[in-house]
Amino acid sequence: MGNNTCEFVENGLAEIRWHARGGQGAVTAAKTLAEMSLTKNMFFQAFPEYGPERMGAPIQCFNRLSTNRISTYCGITNPRMVVVVDPTLLDVVDVTAGLAMDGILIVNTDASPAELRKKLGLKGRKIYTVDATHISIDELGRFMPNIPVLGALLKVTELLSEEEAIAFLKESFGKKFSGKVVESNIRALQRAFKEVKEE
Amino acid sequence: MVMSKNKLQKTVAVVGTDAVAEAMRQINPDVVAAYPITPQTAIVETFAQMVADGQVHTHYVPVESEHSAMSAAIGAAAAGARVMTATASQGLALMWELLYIASGLRLPIIMPNVNRALSAPINIHCDHGDSMGARDSGWIQLFSENAQEAYDNTLQAVRIAEHKDVLLPVMVLLDGFIISHAVDRMELLDDATAKQFVGTYKPDVSLLDAARPVTYGAFDGLYGYYFEFKRQQEEAMRRALEVIREVGREFGAISGRPYGLFESVGLEDAEFVIVALGSAAGTIRSEVECLRDNGMPIGMIKLRVFRPFPAAELVAALAGKKAVAVFDRSDTFAGNMGGPVFIELRSALYETAEKPIMVNYIYGLGGRDLSVDLVNKACNELAWIAQSGQVKQRVNYLGLKE
Repeated sequence: MGNNTCEFVENGLAEIRWHARGGQGAVTAAKTLAEMSLTKNMFFQAFPEYGPERMGAPIQCFNRLSTNRISTYCGITNPRMVVVVDPTLLDVVDVTAGLAMDGILIVNTDASPAELRKKLGLKGRKIYTVDATHISIDELGRFMPNIPVLGALLKVTELLSEEEAIAFLKESFGKKFSGKVVESNIRALQRAFKEVKEE
Repeated sequence: MVMSKNKLQKTVAVVGTDAVAEAMRQINPDVVAAYPITPQTAIVETFAQMVADGQVHTHYVPVESEHSAMSAAIGAAAAGARVMTATASQGLALMWELLYIASGLRLPIIMPNVNRALSAPINIHCDHGDSMGARDSGWIQLFSENAQEAYDNTLQAVRIAEHKDVLLPVMVLLDGFIISHAVDRMELLDDATAKQFVGTYKPDVSLLDAARPVTYGAFDGLYGYYFEFKRQQEEAMRRALEVIREVGREFGAISGRPYGLFESVGLEDAEFVIVALGSAAGTIRSEVECLRDNGMPIGMIKLRVFRPFPAAELVAALAGKKAVAVFDRSDTFAGNMGGPVFIELRSALYETAEKPIMVNYIYGLGGRDLSVDLVNKACNELAWIAQSGQVKQRVNYLGLKE
């Protein structure tokens, strides 16, 4: 059990906002991220945008991560990181609202960070992209982009190494899902670690 | 999973409702009666799974309404069982007449209530209006800041309720969604320690004790002792203050987390103080600590016990303060009297020679977010009030769309 945390949380409280559509597993991903950060002995919160979740409707969920005890229980308006699980939301939701100029944007898209920057007309921030849609269709046989997007987040933030993330999924998903499902999610995670594109 | 410093506890990531369900699993009550439909929360769903999986020996009674849930709980408790249920919002409202029967019969029923708004308009989000309406129903009310406190309070509630000097039902309160549906880090006691702390329940009298037959809740009209019964309830509530402290100390010894009637920051040198309940107290504490680091003479009190109201203790803690701002997550609709915590604390301070200036901030109704910016605004207003001695507005609505 390590306390070796990364720069992402060493700069104080790290707040993350996830954008997805209901049914794409973003709430599970945020919860998994919280559980993963416990293996690093960190403090964390994971919470959905409160309200009824409808399949296909835009949703948000959030994480707070810190090396210290967290006692703020309000919503997150100025995140350090924004994660977009569904690329079709880019035309629907202002995903960079409140994102700090030195903040990080991770998007599930087949576009490169440069192409995405041009499309969004975005200034500042650091953009990463990962084609989680195709990774999940290839590896899971269906559109379920949450785990590859989480993989990209882990790679970018260095919260967990690839080996640590795989070990976690084996342990955690192994309790709930069949060996086949666990293996395919691990392959999707590994591909995200390799394929995430940096600016 | 991480082992905590205390070897007997494990650190986990859980949502608030599961934290409460874990406490219920360790308590292993004889009977749980619950109604599972919205606005009920996952507490009873998770617990029902534990029953189905054989993790507890509880007799689980799925009933057809919250009115029936509390009725069944009362019947089982009068029969001598250790009984729990859980509810929220309209569910608590539907229990209304039974709440008074539970406390009037002096039945130590334990009920976590997830604080959610009452209709109308329809709203399922965090709001203390549901349990504040039950403040005069004779139930002890313990508020929780986070999942850890909801778990800790649930375990302690059993000891408080069943104490021979108390014998009153206890409501454990946790904020809807903000705590109930959020994943938080917390420490769980190991089963043996929790079970030993909770102990076994041996009621002095019960309906099923055939050797010593008793009657519960019989007619006690004009020439009876109704008045005396009610006075005894009030006496029990007064005695509960010391029992709550005693149980909180004992819980601290086994967990490293001692509990009192309230918790405070900076009272030793603060000139003005904020008083709040529930998760908002966490957000307020982090802002108060930040402002104190920048030299503002501010302090805060997180009120854990609202019933019984620790009036003398709060008055002593606030002695000599210039100004106090009370945060209320519900309104009384009394016509500019403010929220319930404000009204009661203001009344408690009436006898003191040097009264602080008092203002009220009603916030967060129906789940409206209490942001750090809003807290900061109130803190700065309070600083100005303490310095100038002037109050522009006694009762303020913080975060209203205007």
